[in-house]
Amino acid sequence: MSDKVIFFLIQVLNGVQYGLLLFLLASGLTLIFGVMRIINLAHGSFYMLGAYLAFSFAERTGNLWLAMLIAIPLTVLIGLVLEAALFRFLYHRDHLYQVLLTYGLILVFEEVRSILFGDEVHGVKVPAFLDFSLRLTPTLSYPVYRLFISAVCIGVGAGLYMFINYTRVGMSVRAGALNREMVQSLGIDIGLIYRLVFALGVALAAFAGMIAAPVASVFPGMGNQILIISFVVVVIGGIGSVKGAFIGSLLIGLADTFGQVFAREISGITLYFLMVLVLLWRPEGLFGRAT
Amino acid sequence: MPEPALCIRGLSKNFGGLAALKNVSLDLHVSELHAVIGPNGAGKSTLINVMSGDLRHSGGSICYEGREIAGLSADRICRLGIARSYQKVNIFPWFTVFENCRLAAQSRLGSSMRFFRPARKYEEINEAAERALSLTGLAGRAGSFAVTLSHGEQRQLEIAMTLATSPRVLLLDEPLAGMGAEESLQLVALIAKLAADHAVLLVEHDMDAVFSVARVLTVMVNGRVLESGAPDVVRRSTAVQEAYLGKEEPAL
Amino acid sequence: MRGYHLAVRILLLLGLAALLVFPVAAGKFYLQLFSKIMILAIFAMSLDLLVGFTGLISLGHATFFGLGAYTLMLMSPEYAAASLWLSLPVALVVAALAALIIGVLVLRSSGVYFIMVTLAFSQMFFYYVTGSRRLGGSDGAYIYVKPETTLYGWAPFQLSNNLHFYYFVLALMVVTYLLLQVMMDSPFGHTIRGIKVNEHRMRSLGFPTFRYKLAAFVIAGALAGLAGYLDAAQYGFVNPDLFGWRESGIVLMMVILGGMGTLYGPILGAFVLVLLQEFLADQTKHWLLPMGLFVILAVLVLPLGISGMVEQLVVLRRNLGARRA
Repeated sequence: MSDKVIFFLIQVLNGVQYGLLLFLLASGLTLIFGVMRIINLAHGSFYMLGAYLAFSFAERTGNLWLAMLIAIPLTVLIGLVLEAALFRFLYHRDHLYQVLLTYGLILVFEEVRSILFGDEVHGVKVPAFLDFSLRLTPTLSYPVYRLFISAVCIGVGAGLYMFINYTRVGMSVRAGALNREMVQSLGIDIGLIYRLVFALGVALAAFAGMIAAPVASVFPGMGNQILIISFVVVVIGGIGSVKGAFIGSLLIGLADTFGQVFAREISGITLYFLMVLVLLWRPEGLFGRAT
Repeated sequence: MPEPALCIRGLSKNFGGLAALKNVSLDLHVSELHAVIGPNGAGKSTLINVMSGDLRHSGGSICYEGREIAGLSADRICRLGIARSYQKVNIFPWFTVFENCRLAAQSRLGSSMRFFRPARKYEEINEAAERALSLTGLAGRAGSFAVTLSHGEQRQLEIAMTLATSPRVLLLDEPLAGMGAEESLQLVALIAKLAADHAVLLVEHDMDAVFSVARVLTVMVNGRVLESGAPDVVRRSTAVQEAYLGKEEPAL
Repeated sequence: MRGYHLAVRILLLLGLAALLVFPVAAGKFYLQLFSKIMILAIFAMSLDLLVGFTGLISLGHATFFGLGAYTLMLMSPEYAAASLWLSLPVALVVAALAALIIGVLVLRSSGVYFIMVTLAFSQMFFYYVTGSRRLGGSDGAYIYVKPETTLYGWAPFQLSNNLHFYYFVLALMVVTYLLLQVMMDSPFGHTIRGIKVNEHRMRSLGFPTFRYKLAAFVIAGALAGLAGYLDAAQYGFVNPDLFGWRESGIVLMMVILGGMGTLYGPILGAFVLVLLQEFLADQTKHWLLPMGLFVILAVLVLPLGISGMVEQLVVLRRNLGARRA
């Protein structure tokens, strides 16, 4: 196969990998909004938190897997504490206040991160046994770790899909998204569902930050950058729709990657432009319900 | 029989596979209060929603003053002279009673793209609001915030706002819902008075009220018109008794 | 209620008087600081029109702020001054036109989608400007000479003079306030207030609500452009961050914390937030932390903002009193 085709293939793989990573964030975001009706601007901060925790534990233990094993439950714990202390007051409030409060939360997270971890950019080493590349042509090769990321994300996505559609708890979650009063009258504790969904969202975001760290590095502001993009994905896919989040992420992942390669100057604009186009065609996103 | 103010022919509305309205036809005449009754799910609310433009129709026609209005937007339909009140009270809680009516009347100002003169200086809308308030008996409460009104008074305000738009046709969606006996009587008297100069469509569950004011009665079941005509005739129809009024002795 | 309104009016006049005499006691630093605050107050009032009065939550209002600023930059020749009397109206028109086009596109969406799509537009401008060498890219661009005010050979005031600039901004802030006050009393103002409370009901009463929302969006955009122009004039520098989501977030904070239902609320919010920021920044380099905590606390404790809370309380007390009587 010619080099050009392989090059194109590599970009597709990159786009898909980026998109799948976005999916981890977007799915959590869309679930949290779909079920709890909360706009959480601080979602990206959990991504950042996961990355920084993974980085600092990995430094200490020398093992990324061990770091993740510790960091994920830790992040979930922090998330649940925040849910109990702050988010539960937002359930019935106007979106305006959710935006404002979570914006304040972003500021707090940034500064805490700055105080605890400093402001430098950090690299995280790819785990040794994944640290090689597949040779595709004499000049082009593809890092296996990126394939690993994609595979893991697909696995997580499949697990999420099965959880939501094939388990009883998953059904309660879906029901809760549609009609919380009904769910309560069926004797299911809606508060528990909310906590579960929130914890799931936080875990997904943190996990994404951790496995992405070796390729995306760990730096200040990483949460905000990816947050806005995740929101774009969620809006394009339709708020509350995991399927929409999946398709939206792949779309954005590919658009952004190809945009970077072929039209660098306007690459930043592409995804917003895409979002505007989608919303013009379908004001509720591709698979969204009218809110 | 003078020309109907509003005539509906073969109106239908589908929600996906569900047919909420099937081939509904009826006429509205000025001074002939037309009541629509039926069990829950009969399509009464859907009917009013389609007539007022809140929902799009799926077929059929609605003719008003010689023109086809089915499919027009809700604001256009109101500006043409067809106003509706809502079953769930839709007032502006933190405006005063007078301001609520004046805002409603303001829609008749031609255009509200007026930025420099205070709204209270427009005499036409003040007068329209005052008229609507005195008609509905709320003149005494004009300065109170709408949120402080009793439930019955809020329902009166709901109707006053509808009146303030100077409509020819009134579509009233269960205006008596949740009201006590005393207040209901007052509101029914008001509706009867209004029916004299307007073409009124009344959707209601309160049978006493309906039979005391309606000149034309339509019974709907499952999205269809079951019977339509003079109230006495309709209530004696066996089909109606079976489907809706039940086997109980109709009050005479 | 009469008494309360009178009290507010008196307090506002006192505030205005204080601002008028402030320069007598203030040094250059505070003069410039207060000028900055008043510019942000104009920005905040413009957003209040959208958020507080029309119910349109825009997270991308910085778009028009940035447009006003960059218009001045583009109209300022390299080493000479642009004419205020030409560049300011042009900036307003540019911002208004942009608001018209963007408004037509975004106002079809509602709720969260509206919030996101307004953010999207500001991000588009951010990235476009960052990538544009002509506009200075991420380094920004300088306006070496402030706009000058010569008309027929006579300059009524000099914007390079801190004192003149202060009074110029003060005048514009007062004019903006009065303009919006008049508009809120007009049929237009009542219409958008009704739209905020219950847009569906407004439509069923016969109002074609889209055009009023669009008008509010355009007016708010133009006023934000005014603020952006003044900001660029003050600092002599523009950069893409003027379009950033942080900028949109800050002004939203001012509106909400100061109080949305009134016009003086945003002015209050601007003063409180900037002064708080100055105070905190003096204490610690991590001042965003207490700032963030303050915002969180304020949302939990003071949901209607300072002015909104007071107004609501007064209204409630008056009516509960009336009911008991």
